[in-house]
Amino acid sequence: MRNLTIRTLVTVAAVATVCAGVALAQTQLDLVVVSWGGAYTASQQKAYHDPYMAANPGIKIINDDSSAEAVAKIRAMNEAGKVTWPLVDVVAADAISLCDEGLVEPVDHDAILAAAPDGTPASEDFGEMIVSECFIPQIVYSTTFGYRTDLVKVPPKTIKDVFDLRKIPGKRALEKRPIGNLEWALIADGVDPDTVYDVLETEAGVKRAFAKLDTIKDQVVWWTQGAQTPQLLADGEVVMGSTYNGRLFSLIEEKKQPVAMMWDWQMYDLDGWVIPKGGPHRKEVLKYLRFATDTQRLADQAKYISYGPARASSAPFVGKHADLGIEMAPHMPTAPANATNTFLFNYEWWADHRDELNEKFNAWLAR
Amino acid sequence: MATSGTTSTAQTLTTADGTPLKVSLSRAERRNRIRALLLVAPLFLFIIVFFLVPIGDMLFRSVENRVVGEVLHRTVPLLAMWDEANGELPSEDVFRALVEDFKQGREDRTIGKVGRRMNYEKSGMTSLFRSTARKARRIEQGPFKEALIKINKKWGDIKTWQLLKRESSALTLSYYLASVDMRFDDNGKVVRQPDDEQIYIKLFIRTLNLSALITVLCLALGYPISYLLATLPARTSNLLMILVLLPFWTSLLVRTTAWIALLQKEGVINDFLVALRLIGDENRLAMIHNATGTVVAMTHILLPFMVLPLYSVMKNIPESHVRAARSLGATPFTAFMRVYLPNTVPGIGAGAILVFIIAIGYYITPALVGGVSGTLIGNLIAYHMSTSLNWGLAAALGSVLLALVLALYLLYDKVVGIDNMKMG
Repeated sequence: MRNLTIRTLVTVAAVATVCAGVALAQTQLDLVVVSWGGAYTASQQKAYHDPYMAANPGIKIINDDSSAEAVAKIRAMNEAGKVTWPLVDVVAADAISLCDEGLVEPVDHDAILAAAPDGTPASEDFGEMIVSECFIPQIVYSTTFGYRTDLVKVPPKTIKDVFDLRKIPGKRALEKRPIGNLEWALIADGVDPDTVYDVLETEAGVKRAFAKLDTIKDQVVWWTQGAQTPQLLADGEVVMGSTYNGRLFSLIEEKKQPVAMMWDWQMYDLDGWVIPKGGPHRKEVLKYLRFATDTQRLADQAKYISYGPARASSAPFVGKHADLGIEMAPHMPTAPANATNTFLFNYEWWADHRDELNEKFNAWLAR
Repeated sequence: MATSGTTSTAQTLTTADGTPLKVSLSRAERRNRIRALLLVAPLFLFIIVFFLVPIGDMLFRSVENRVVGEVLHRTVPLLAMWDEANGELPSEDVFRALVEDFKQGREDRTIGKVGRRMNYEKSGMTSLFRSTARKARRIEQGPFKEALIKINKKWGDIKTWQLLKRESSALTLSYYLASVDMRFDDNGKVVRQPDDEQIYIKLFIRTLNLSALITVLCLALGYPISYLLATLPARTSNLLMILVLLPFWTSLLVRTTAWIALLQKEGVINDFLVALRLIGDENRLAMIHNATGTVVAMTHILLPFMVLPLYSVMKNIPESHVRAARSLGATPFTAFMRVYLPNTVPGIGAGAILVFIIAIGYYITPALVGGVSGTLIGNLIAYHMSTSLNWGLAAALGSVLLALVLALYLLYDKVVGIDNMKMG
C-alpha cells in the first residue's frame, strides 16, 4: 500500500512536470517580425517590442532584418506554399504591389487598429496615409538632401541648387533609380510640382527630365543603400546627396559631422506593416499590431529615430530624443519649418510606369 | 575473345561452388557497380536537387506565361477565335467574358498579377486592370462593350486587345526578346527596342569585356606569385601562402569596403599622390564608382582562384627541366617560353576559367564600387529578381548568360582542350 502511494506520487509528480513543461512551451511563443535592421529596427525594439513583451510574457519577438528583399521573398514563399513570416515592414510602394498580386491580406483598419485617444477611428486618424487596403502605415519618412557645410561656398537652398553646378560645384549623391530623381529634375527645370506627372506622362516630358539630369550626370555618384550617402558625405566624396532624413539626422546630431539639411521638395514616403497571406500566428499578430500602432507607441518611436508618426493624433506626443535629449519635433519631415515644399509620390502612376522608366533610366545611365 | 570461345566449347569454367565463372564474375562486378553507384548517389542527388532543378526552373520561367490564361480563363479561349486582322474590336461575348473574369479575379485577388504581367509589355496596364477590376463589379448587365469602354477608353482600343491576345498563350518569347533589347510591336512583329531603352546587349558585352580584363590581370599578377610560392623553400612559401589565403577568408564586404577607403577621391592613394605632388589637389583621380573600381576590387577578390590552381601545377614541375634546357644552351627566356610555360598551361586554363566564370556573374562588388560604368549584367538580374519582380526577364537574362558561358566553355575546349586543364 505504502509502496503504491509512493509510486503514485512519483507518477503524479512526473506527469505534472511534463505538463508544466508543455504548458511553458505553449505559452512561450516566438513571433518573427521582419523589418529593416539597423537603427530602424532598434527604434521599433524600444518603442514597440520591449513594452509589448513586458506586458505579454508569453511572447518573444524576434527580429528578422530582411525587409530589403521582402517582396521577392514573400512571393517565393507564396509560390512554395509555405509562408513563414507573420508580419513584415515594407515601404508603401512594395505594399501596393504585394497587395495587387494578392500576396498580403487586405485589412479593415477600423476593426483591427486602435482608435485615437479622442475616439477618432483609425482610418481617419491615419487618413490619406492608408495608400492601400493591405497597408498599415507606421511612419512618414522623406528622401531629402544633406550637404557639407564646410565644402560649399553657398549653402543650397532649393532643389534648383542641386542642379546648379556653377553655384555649387562638386559631386552629388543621388539614388540609382528614376523614382524621385525625375520629379526633382522637372521641378528644378521649372515645372509646376502639381503637374509633374502630367509632364512625365509625355515622351517630351521624360526627355526633358533626362536632359536636366544630363546637366549634372558626370558629377553624380549613384547610391543603392541608404548608408552610402552619409558615408560619402562624411568622407567628403560628395558635397551634397540625397538619402533618408533619419540617416542624415544621425549623421548630424549623433555623429556630429559638418552636415546640414536641405528640405526643399523633400520626397515623402511611407513605411508600414503588411500581413503576408497564409502567414502563421494570425491572432497574436493582430494583437501585437493593435498595440504597436496605437497613438502613444507611434509617438514613442520618434524618440529614437527622426521619422514622423503616421497618425495625426501622435504628433502632440512626440517628445525628446531618448539619448541626446534634444526636441525631436523640429527634426521631423512633417515639421512646419521643414515642410514648406513637400512632394508625395504618386504611387499609382509609378506602378504603371515603373517598368518602362526603369529601362529608360538604366539605358540613360549606360549611355 | 578467342580464348573464351575455345574454352566454352570444351568445358565451361566454374568457380569452387560450381557456378559458371562468367556468372560469378558478372555478379561480383554488378555488386561493385552498385556499391560505386551508392557512393556517388548523395553527390548525384545533390547535383540534381541543387543544380539541375534550379537551372531547369530558370529555363522554364523564362518562357512561362500561364497567369493570363488562368485568370482570364473565360476570355482567352474566345479571344483565340477573334480575327484581329479585320481591324474590329472583339465581339460582345468576349467583353462579357472579360467582365466575368474581372469579377472573379477581383474576388480571388489574382487580377493584379495579370495587370503587372501586361505592364511589362506596355506602360499603363497595371492601373488599367486595377481600376477596371474595381469598377467592373458594378456592371450587372450588357451591353458589356459600352460599359467597359466607359470605365476606360483603352478597352475600345484594338491595340489593348491585340496585346492581350498575343500575351495570353501559355508560353511567351517576350522575356527573351526583352533580354536582347527587342520587343513585339503593336502588330506582333519583332523589332528593336527604341534607342533610349536599349541596355542589356550593352551590358552583356561590357560584362564579357571586363571579365576578360579581370582574368588577364589576375593571370599577370598571379603567375609570378605562384612561381614564387612554388619555388621558395617550404617555410617562406607557407608564410606567403597565408598572405594569399588571408584575404580569401575575409568577408567580401570588408574587402570591398577597404577598396573604397583606398581608392576614393579623399582616399589613401589619392592623399598619397597629392602629398608627393604627383597630382594636384584639384585633379584627384577618379578610381572608384566607375569601371576602374570594379576591375581593381574584383581582380583582388578573384586573385586566389588564379593563384591556387597555378601553384598546384607549378609545384609539380621538376626543377631539372629548366636546368636541363639551360645546360643545353637555352637562354633563360627561351627556357621559360619553350619549357616552363607550356608545362603550366593546364594551371593557366583552370585559373582563367575559374576567374572568368565567377567574374561574369558577380554583382555585389560592382554594385558597391562600380558606379555607372562598372555595373555588370548580374546587377540587373539581381534588380529584376528583388526589386522589379520581373522574374521572367531575370530568368531570360540568366539563361542568356548561361548560354554565353557554355559557348565560351566549348570554344575553350576546341582551342585548348578541356582535358588539358588541371584544378589541383
